[in-house]
Amino acid sequence: MTLTEEPRLTGRPALPEEPAVAPHEPIWKLMLRKYMKNKLAVIGAVLLFLIIGAAIFAPWLAPKDPSQQVLLDKLAPPGKDYPLGADNLGRDTLSRLLFGARISLLVGFASVAGSIFIGTVVGAVAGYYGGKLDAVLMRFVDAVISFPSLFLLITLVTIFEPSIMTLIGIFAIFGWTGTARLVRGEFLSLRKSEFVLAARTLGIRNGRIIFSHILPNALGPIIVSATLGVGGVILGEAALSYLGLGIQPPTPSWGNMLQSAQNPQIMLGAWWYPLFPGLMILTTVLAFNFVGDGLRDAFDPKIED
Amino acid sequence: MAIPLLFIITIISFAMMRMAPGDPTALMMDPMIKQENLTAYKESYGLNDNVVVQYGRWLGNMVQGNFGESLIRQGVPVKDLILARLPNTLLLMLVSTIIAFLISIPLGVYSATRRNSKTDYAITFISFLGIATPSFWIGLMLIMVLSVHLGWFPIGGVANIGEPFSIWDRLHHLILPAFVLATADMAGLTRYSRSSMLDVLRQDYIRTAKANGFRERTVIFRHGLRNALIPIITIFGLMLPSFIGGSVIIESVFAWPGIGLLFMDAAFQRDYPVIMAVVVIAAALVVIGNLLADILYAVFDPRIEY
Repeated sequence: MTLTEEPRLTGRPALPEEPAVAPHEPIWKLMLRKYMKNKLAVIGAVLLFLIIGAAIFAPWLAPKDPSQQVLLDKLAPPGKDYPLGADNLGRDTLSRLLFGARISLLVGFASVAGSIFIGTVVGAVAGYYGGKLDAVLMRFVDAVISFPSLFLLITLVTIFEPSIMTLIGIFAIFGWTGTARLVRGEFLSLRKSEFVLAARTLGIRNGRIIFSHILPNALGPIIVSATLGVGGVILGEAALSYLGLGIQPPTPSWGNMLQSAQNPQIMLGAWWYPLFPGLMILTTVLAFNFVGDGLRDAFDPKIED
Repeated sequence: MAIPLLFIITIISFAMMRMAPGDPTALMMDPMIKQENLTAYKESYGLNDNVVVQYGRWLGNMVQGNFGESLIRQGVPVKDLILARLPNTLLLMLVSTIIAFLISIPLGVYSATRRNSKTDYAITFISFLGIATPSFWIGLMLIMVLSVHLGWFPIGGVANIGEPFSIWDRLHHLILPAFVLATADMAGLTRYSRSSMLDVLRQDYIRTAKANGFRERTVIFRHGLRNALIPIITIFGLMLPSFIGGSVIIESVFAWPGIGLLFMDAAFQRDYPVIMAVVVIAAALVVIGNLLADILYAVFDPRIEY
């Protein structure tokens, strides 16, 4: 440590004092400052905070049991008893939305964790080793991208019986290609850099170079793509649940709440019932996208603050 | 790339079907059926053969345009089911592509030429909203407001039942689903047109044109837009997979009898031949779309040579 901090030991004259305008600032502080300047990103972070909090504390926040049916209160309008109304079986919409947030976030985070893992491994191996291995892996990525994935997704769901676990697995299997391309790009540009050559010269194993030397440099873009990915999975889960192939009732999910709302009779009398689950999906995905964009700018050293 | 990809897709979808625990015979048969009758029934559909033999037979038939018979609707060739539905899906996709381009490109170009103005910010914000909104929910909201409450549009289907064919009736049914399918890609397309136009406006020839005293409108439309359109055309090929996927959802929302709805019914009933045929056709459409985008690119950009 001391060696690198003593420029005189290299034989050159001491460096002039750094100008006062650029004080040494930890990198995370610089990023935080850049992030806080982006208003939409801050709004997104606040929203996300609230939604995650609502999901975690759903059992305490929910005014009612989400699966308790009060048939007399079928399609009750928003009011004192039911802040956001009741559904066609007399269940409290607000409570179901809160518990639905748990499902959406769980599926979103878990499957993105899986797809980030697959994508990082494939991208790192392809980018680090290059050559034929790279070509084969990237052709495979091209093939997966051009699959009509929704059709295969639906086919898989009907085969494996929809459950939270199968949904997470299926979204992980189809979601990794973007990350793989991204990580590969980072590795391609870094594999010939001096610190990698130095590590190689020291005889460090490839696996270690990949994971502890190069990967930390690619962490920014990976986090950004993960953030945007969660929003995408939440949209996908909602669509599958709406089609009846995702989360199965009585477990509440924003998507399957919309499925039972599609009925002209309900739509005529109870506008609140199809409205709120959609607004929740929209807000959550928007929050993830704002945060992702904010992080992208904060991580990008080319963008001045 | 295209043909091997199709081949891989057929293998994967075939393998998936065989892994399925659900058996169509279990769904449709009388539970009291005798074992020998069941075996004979399976035999008549070739379900007792080796998997590789079954795949080979199916692939051989498919190349000749024969997708076999539906397991659920006995005796009906899959080809007939698909041919009956395909025109509806293609019509929906064609009209919504036109809508998406007609709305997105002007918006994108406009916000590029008025960069950092209030309108530009508003368009960008609406695009953000569009990306985050599930298209099926937009469909539900439009049905609720425009169809159920105001009664301006039918709530679903392709035409009024029991009425003679009329273009107006068909259009009336088509507008909402086509618009909603278009929204899925409109936001991305607007952003893309905007950045494409911005790239072009930075070029030297635009500055030259302006220096030569051409009016701004001439510069934007004659010199700028033409060049900005080239990359926008190629994105059409990339949009196709999401369009085809979106059609499954939108057709379900609007009860639009296309292959998306056919696929959903088949998926719920485990009608293997229908499912596989639709997957292969969807894959083929994606491949054709990419090919088309390449061709269009070459046609519109004289700098590209093959």
